[in-house]
Amino acid sequence: MKALIIDDSSSMRMLLGRILDDLGVQHAQAGDGREALQVLENDGPFDFALVDWQMPVMDGLEFVRAVREHLPREAIQLVMVTSVNQIESIVEALGAGADEYIMKPFTKDALQEKLALLGIELGP
Amino acid sequence: MPLNRIEFDYLRNLVRERSAIVLDDSKEYLVEMRLMSLARLEGYDSVDELSRNLRGKPYGALHAQVVDAMTTNETSFFRDLHPFETFKRELVPEILKRNEASRTINIWCAACSSGQEPYTLAMLLHDGFPQLRSGWRVNLLGGDLSQEMLRRARQGLFSQLEVNRGLPAPLLVKYFQKDGASWQVKEEVRAMIQFHELNLAGAWPHLPSMDFVFLRNVLIYFDIEMKRQILRKVRGVLKPDGLLFLGGAETTLNIDESWERVQSGKTVYYRIRRDA
Repeated sequence: MKALIIDDSSSMRMLLGRILDDLGVQHAQAGDGREALQVLENDGPFDFALVDWQMPVMDGLEFVRAVREHLPREAIQLVMVTSVNQIESIVEALGAGADEYIMKPFTKDALQEKLALLGIELGP
Repeated sequence: MPLNRIEFDYLRNLVRERSAIVLDDSKEYLVEMRLMSLARLEGYDSVDELSRNLRGKPYGALHAQVVDAMTTNETSFFRDLHPFETFKRELVPEILKRNEASRTINIWCAACSSGQEPYTLAMLLHDGFPQLRSGWRVNLLGGDLSQEMLRRARQGLFSQLEVNRGLPAPLLVKYFQKDGASWQVKEEVRAMIQFHELNLAGAWPHLPSMDFVFLRNVLIYFDIEMKRQILRKVRGVLKPDGLLFLGGAETTLNIDESWERVQSGKTVYYRIRRDA
């Protein structure tokens, strides 16, 4: 299992990385959407990506749209992991092609449960 | 940077003193994740720095916010997921055929806490079986011992941390509305559930004969004799072909031999033996 963590906060990338380490998931990181597209191209395929919304250069929503435009839907599952917590925003992200949506802050259990909804069963 | 050990110990002692809730080592992420936002909001660079600041001061509003952030109920929607998938895929279609004459389905969540389980079932039925909304009667009951839990369950108000737990995003946007910092289940789903006070260990009120009883993750709190009594009483409220769901770590085996264990994929449920 391999995941891509996309967040402009290095402390959040580290925290998510530690959670994925605990769940036995290999991972790579990117600091914005454009860098993430490069990582996808160079180091892919990835089973899923955890995508922050508000990032410089290319934000999470633009990244989701770009991935869905250029790759087949089954290529990667996309989970928005963001502080954006308005219903309209969640609807917008799902409409753009995100598979799931987690609002920060969240727990390791919450991440595991959301991934299980996508058929990704990790950990004990 | 992982949370400094001294700060983690300080924070969990704070929570334990104020709420009696014990945070073991596995909760370090939870502490860090929940407090990271609060730390930033309060102008600290890290949770460590927030904690160091709290340590030097008498208990105040910020300490209380920290405790609040740490003690949110830990249950989730769609808990364990697969029982609900089996319920939707196999058991509801079966009951629709079996109860075609009465056009009534009776479901009881016997220890429903703040309501995530009955709300999960209500959303699943509303979303997946629109035919139930015309000409069918679905009695969905949620019992709990705690008045406070029942009050919360009736309101259908959940924190952001709670709606993050196990709830598919499409159902969140379909069945909830934001109410300040909280999320409230919409009236059409709240109206599907009747909540009632119930002490499992005491006398039970009169209940309709149930097609499904959910008694998950509660027997573990009782000794074997009380487990036996409760399982006997469940037999009294289940229809002869009704089904019982227990938690993943619970069983009727060696407690009450009147039950037959049925496995479907990962899901285990129980029905009353024909010869019982």
